[in-house]
Amino acid sequence: MSIDLAQFHRTFFEECFEGIDLMERDLLRMGGGPGGETVNAVFRAAHSIKGGAATFGFAAIASFTHHMETLLDQMRSGTRAISDPAVDLLLRATDALRSLLAAARDGEPLDTARVAGAQAALEAFLGAADAPESTAVAVPAVEQAYLIRFVPAPDLFRSGNDPLLILRELATLGTLETRLDLDTAPAFAECDAESCHMAWSLRLLSSHSRAELQEVFAWVEGSCELDIRLESAAAPPAAVATTGPAVHAVAAPTPRPGEHTVGDGGSIRVGTDKIDALMNLVGELIITQAMLAQLAGALDPVLNEKLLAGLSQLDRNTRLLQEAVMSTRMLPIDSVFSRFPRLVRDLAAKLGKQVRLTTVGESTELDKSVIEKISDPLNHLVRNSLDHGIESPEARSAAGKDAVGTVTLKAAHQGDNILVEVCDDGRGLDRARILAKAREQGIACTDAMSDAEVWQLIFAPGFSTADRVTDVSGRGVGMDVVKKNIAALGGSVELHSSAGRGSRTVIRLPLTLAILDGMSVGVSGEIFILPLSAVIESLQPQAEQVKRVVHQGTVVRVRNEYLPLVDLRQWFGLSGKSRPLHEAIAVIVESEGRKLALQVDELVGQQQVVIKSLEANYRRIRGVSGATILGDGRVSLILDVGAIVRLFSQAQAA
Amino acid sequence: MSRILAVDDSSSMRQMVAFTLSSAGFDVVEAPDGAVALALAQKEKFGLVLADVNMPNMDGISLVRALRSLPEYKFTPLLMLTTESGPEKKQEGKAAGATGWLVKPFNPEQLLNTVKRVLG
Amino acid sequence: MSTTGHESAKPTEAAAPAAPDEFLTFTLGQEEYGVDILKVQEIRGYDTVTRIPEAPDFIKGVINLRGTIVPVVDMRLKFHLASAEYNEFTVMIILNVARRVVGMVVDGVSDVMQLSAEQIRPAPEFGSSVNTRFITGIGTLEQRMLILIDIEKLMSSQDMALMDSVAIH
Repeated sequence: MSIDLAQFHRTFFEECFEGIDLMERDLLRMGGGPGGETVNAVFRAAHSIKGGAATFGFAAIASFTHHMETLLDQMRSGTRAISDPAVDLLLRATDALRSLLAAARDGEPLDTARVAGAQAALEAFLGAADAPESTAVAVPAVEQAYLIRFVPAPDLFRSGNDPLLILRELATLGTLETRLDLDTAPAFAECDAESCHMAWSLRLLSSHSRAELQEVFAWVEGSCELDIRLESAAAPPAAVATTGPAVHAVAAPTPRPGEHTVGDGGSIRVGTDKIDALMNLVGELIITQAMLAQLAGALDPVLNEKLLAGLSQLDRNTRLLQEAVMSTRMLPIDSVFSRFPRLVRDLAAKLGKQVRLTTVGESTELDKSVIEKISDPLNHLVRNSLDHGIESPEARSAAGKDAVGTVTLKAAHQGDNILVEVCDDGRGLDRARILAKAREQGIACTDAMSDAEVWQLIFAPGFSTADRVTDVSGRGVGMDVVKKNIAALGGSVELHSSAGRGSRTVIRLPLTLAILDGMSVGVSGEIFILPLSAVIESLQPQAEQVKRVVHQGTVVRVRNEYLPLVDLRQWFGLSGKSRPLHEAIAVIVESEGRKLALQVDELVGQQQVVIKSLEANYRRIRGVSGATILGDGRVSLILDVGAIVRLFSQAQAA
Repeated sequence: MSRILAVDDSSSMRQMVAFTLSSAGFDVVEAPDGAVALALAQKEKFGLVLADVNMPNMDGISLVRALRSLPEYKFTPLLMLTTESGPEKKQEGKAAGATGWLVKPFNPEQLLNTVKRVLG
Repeated sequence: MSTTGHESAKPTEAAAPAAPDEFLTFTLGQEEYGVDILKVQEIRGYDTVTRIPEAPDFIKGVINLRGTIVPVVDMRLKFHLASAEYNEFTVMIILNVARRVVGMVVDGVSDVMQLSAEQIRPAPEFGSSVNTRFITGIGTLEQRMLILIDIEKLMSSQDMALMDSVAIH
């Protein structure tokens, strides 16, 4: 039988990367302090990776992990102290291991220097060559006759062993002659059916070595009398003992009662495509349900009481089902937060700062697709906090603050949103400096601006307050990118700051990317959906609020601001004549700090819509991010406010 | 034929064991740790238990000890899947009541041979 | 190596380049066309279509086909036929081409026709509404003449504007 081990590789790699994340998290938790349970967990992770790698044919990974395992084994058994250098070394090794795994999985080029460096450092630390034990088996080619005396202990059955199976196994090694001795057996009446009362004298003609014969009895060693000798040999060997190469002493395993590990409690791995398919079907169900609800609205409530009751039951169940399916895509934000202890530790060391990282609400769950996309913006914000926010220990002490700065990552639910915060107790944002930098970079601003407006300047494209470009932050990829990425997720970013006390960045995100809170607007008989998160307000402009500007099109004045007015009918080349402006409605939308007024015929309402792809069967359309199906079964396009704002300002600039 | 219970916290290893054995016509039930395995084994009598040693919640040796103390598992083959080639773990396993062991890494053929050996 | 008799494959069957022999026929103006029946998913009446911006006039818009967003092209407009009315008799052929679903409005669907190789002749260089590079041949059956179209090639072509250029292989 041949089984292709490659089919298990995907699971193996997933498991390894999870294992590495866990190792890293626990190593950071261990940092210098008493290891206890944590070191056991790290050992187990390394041990699993090693075992899997060896099984699935990744020898380099197995051998590398073996060194880590050895060191961890010494640490957990107490023969080696849990010291900072040891933890640092293991952290370095996890990086190298990640690189090894990525290379094996994706064929990415291997960071040979890192791996070799980490391996050499581990070997040096362990002091001696600690190569994985190798087994050399000498095979005598000649067939020899062995005489074997095998007397099982009475309790042999109680270990689940069976002498007959052992004899059968032995027979596969050569020609076996058996003779059963019943001399030792008690009288039949005294026989205990659960005990073994037999003994054998065997003669085996085999080309296998004595060690290999002994291997057959390995499981019952200690539960039997065994004597194997060559027929030609005069005397029995002095002792029969199998002494395997004892490489390292293994401490008795300590039970781990009540240890909380993420992912236990009976979970199964399901492909995300299956969950997506389920999500799609639930989307269909919601649409069908909305369709039925719309039809039922026209029915006489008295005559159709039972039908309507059934429909409202359907409505409730559909919503519960939707929530349940969505929850299967939810992951705790800890999977993102857990990367930060390492980042903060390394970065603080690099910057010569002392920083404590605290996390709050790690178990807050959000959609997998959101989780994947929130990591980079958070990374940027945390780097900013360390680089620009937290002061040097001296400066902090001088200001009467704890020399150790604190950066806090917080996550919490708020309605259908999730709030993620990055706070620090550093120096806060410097109003004067931001204004000066903004002027320097040609960004429009005045001294009369409120604090909140000044903080918004940070989100302007290209803005950076760093006087020198450090490799920590301030590489020109600025907060504008953070804001853009968050906006692309349908979220928003707010900044709060208090001079000398610190700053706080609040990211507000939708729980999922599959469903959108939308505002439906009517234009030329078509319904369009605007993401509610992008809509600021809507108004019916008075004639004096609207001006035509040469080369700039129409602008509408909203509270001292002149906003470009985009007629959606024109923009999309829809038929029909635009209404006179004072009969139309202007919806003010915002993206990336820029506002725009969209001219529509009417506001239809607010509703949750299921996002459908247009590109599956058609192509991308400028200014449209997707489509949805309305309650009456019609298709409605979802507008991409960010793209419209960008396209419009380009058109204006041209 | 009674079923086989495969216990390992590594899902890739579990997949490999389950796939190999079911390809050979055995019926396999999987468990991610000793505690789950014990619960399953109390509900259904398995013909063979294959257990990893290092596992969270309840390790393989404790599992073997617990199973062996159950009347239904008095004579059932209980095999440990261990990476430790040293004698300590094996002895410890034996003392707990294990029938034998299979040393990791093993390939599907070795696994199948061992399983066939204990099941006769 | 094992040389068992299990490898007796059937190369002749597998290698035959299956020229379609069953065609769904439809009319556009005065001409009758045929498309490989295997590319046809279903035939429907014309539905309310949601118009889409930045599309040529023959792309009528998109419809909801059991939860999937499907674009609809009106071949009558594409081929500049005199009249393109939409009423309860207007039909749409739902095609499955290049792993996509597309609706195609035609004047009328006639029937499914079986054509043998002898009944198919190479496409002549004459002017039909369809560009000859999308015509695979001319089928004849009694008095009828059928223009056979490679519908997948036509729908994936740039001039149908149905797919992003990156999606065209």
